[in-house]
Amino acid sequence: MDASFTPEQEELRAQARAFLEANPEPTWAQLAELGWTGVSVAEADGGTGLGFVEQGVLHEELGRALSPGPFYSTVAVALPALPPEERRRVAAGETSWALALGPLVPDLDTVERIAVIGGDGIYELIGAEREILETNDETRPLGILAGGEIGERLAGSEVLADVRRRSLAALALEACGAGRRALELAIEYVGQREQFGRPIGSYQAVAHPLATSYMELELARSLAIWAAWCIDAGDAQAQTAAAAAKSQAADAAVAACERAIQVHGGIGFTWEHVLHRLYKRALWIRSWEASGEQLRAEVASTLLDGGR
Amino acid sequence: MDFRDTPEEAAFREAAREWLADNVPEELRGYGFGIDTGDLTAMRAWSLALHEAGYAGLTWPKEYGGSGAPVAHQAIMLEELARAEAPPHLNVIGLGMAGPTIIAHGTEAQKARYLAPLLSGEEVWCQGFSEPGAGSDLAGVRTSCRVDGDSFVLDGQKVWSSYAHVADFCILLARSDPASQRHEGLTYLIVDMHAPGVEARPLRQITGDAEFNEIFLSGVEVPRENLLGEVGGGWQVAMTTLLHERGTLGVALVSRLEVAVGKLLQLARDRGATPAQRDAVAREWIELEGLKLTAYRSLSALARTGIPGPEGSILKLQWSEANQRLTALALELLGRDAQLIGERAPYQGWWARQQLRSRGNTIEAGTSEILRSIVAERVLGLPRSR
Repeated sequence: MDASFTPEQEELRAQARAFLEANPEPTWAQLAELGWTGVSVAEADGGTGLGFVEQGVLHEELGRALSPGPFYSTVAVALPALPPEERRRVAAGETSWALALGPLVPDLDTVERIAVIGGDGIYELIGAEREILETNDETRPLGILAGGEIGERLAGSEVLADVRRRSLAALALEACGAGRRALELAIEYVGQREQFGRPIGSYQAVAHPLATSYMELELARSLAIWAAWCIDAGDAQAQTAAAAAKSQAADAAVAACERAIQVHGGIGFTWEHVLHRLYKRALWIRSWEASGEQLRAEVASTLLDGGR
Repeated sequence: MDFRDTPEEAAFREAAREWLADNVPEELRGYGFGIDTGDLTAMRAWSLALHEAGYAGLTWPKEYGGSGAPVAHQAIMLEELARAEAPPHLNVIGLGMAGPTIIAHGTEAQKARYLAPLLSGEEVWCQGFSEPGAGSDLAGVRTSCRVDGDSFVLDGQKVWSSYAHVADFCILLARSDPASQRHEGLTYLIVDMHAPGVEARPLRQITGDAEFNEIFLSGVEVPRENLLGEVGGGWQVAMTTLLHERGTLGVALVSRLEVAVGKLLQLARDRGATPAQRDAVAREWIELEGLKLTAYRSLSALARTGIPGPEGSILKLQWSEANQRLTALALELLGRDAQLIGERAPYQGWWARQQLRSRGNTIEAGTSEILRSIVAERVLGLPRSR
């Protein structure tokens, strides 16, 4: 049993963090250049040939950096539904995809192509009109589709379970990244800000909630890493792991952002501070795919009803 | 990264599981931490059996009677012990705290004298750290340790000592320099619990059991050869003891929580649960899995780097709060029947007892308030609060 990242995986994280600190809003071409768009695409299909654990490292770092763009939509959600030639084009950075799983579709402002679920499979939707709606989280806009024609069949609907698992695990890891950054901002601030002649972080009423954020985020991160590994290993618990991870990580990230805003005082409530952006992403993640309550109902069903 | 056992680990687990199936005494199955209600003869026989099978002191060096096994084996054994609802080795304090401290700071003569009977359970150990005036603030220890020729003379009182009423030896922290303050002037001794002037009095707790004791010390003579570390250097030695208390303890606690969650699931199946209760049950299972994985991450860091990962610091705190929530949830599922204890109660009153016992979890081995401060200051690097 080894629950730690390999030195190569740690190196990937260090590189990703350094790159995203220098380029918080990378282009799709830049991500392709780094090998990220094809991170989990087989080498035979033009990808990097790594696994979902490595892809997960990138989701966590992109969440931390609040990077906009279609990485989540394309690489986490759509990719399992794409045929090999389309995966090759994604890996090369030649195209990007969104898979519409409901009326609201993320990243319609940036993706090139759109897939929809129809009957027994997943098809390309060609020529649909896109309308981008106003949303709280400006880094991941939502839109709606109108019209368009059904094009090529991309995959059978049996891939949807895998799509959902990957989406949940990716969101859990993004949440861990965003929540961790909010916590780090809070740690930095309460170590510097002085009131009553002392740094406010020396007051236990301020410090202990941040310790709680750390604990909740680490616990969520353990679940998210496990979910990523289960997906990679084809483990039978992958679905439950992904549901558990997303429900826990979204709540932990939202709470970590709320505590960070609180300990920042007034400045944390302003538009100019980055905290509200992290908070809105965390709230976005919490609302997406399935609520914590829905996910726990799934887990409870597996545990209590034998998976019925 | 691979969350599965390696083939070698799987073989060890399989062997341990088979051994436990054949060897856990039925009358001790399902037994808790405490030794109030247990039959000591049976506990001694069980501890000896564990030792003879090589399962006591798994990670200790072979030269000191251990098995020299990797820390992963220790984790696997703790999990399998919990799953078999096996009782602990009688020497919980000896194996987890006294032994590792003697290995780290003891003389060769002390190692030769104490380690073997500790592993076999022949000699039982307890810990004398806390005092009525020194709980969370351990540096407030007042028990006096007067140097008298070739020995020390102890006067004072210790409290919250598990196993003291049956122990043969105690690892004890006392103040050797009466003028000293705080961490200075403390001395760490091995005290013979049968020496004249030592008296252990059991403390009855809210469950009705007596797992803890007060220890009264009046003019207790301790020979110089029982000194661990330097006179006045007791604090550093005590830190080794506490480091071990918070080391693999996480895995042991999480393994026990896994058993409790298993029983909670069974209870929810037996009695039915509302949607809100099902949500709460799922939460507790998720929390358990998160804790288990966090323990694995910390242990993997230990195996890879020699230092347990910082995430390990959260385990005891999270476990204690999880155990309180889940036992309270069990009482809710039981409804009015939760009031019953004893033979006619559902599950023989196991849940009612566990729920009361859980209130001690956020106090013993570091209160949650102290542990949150430790996370804030040592892991997050926040300014010190005092």
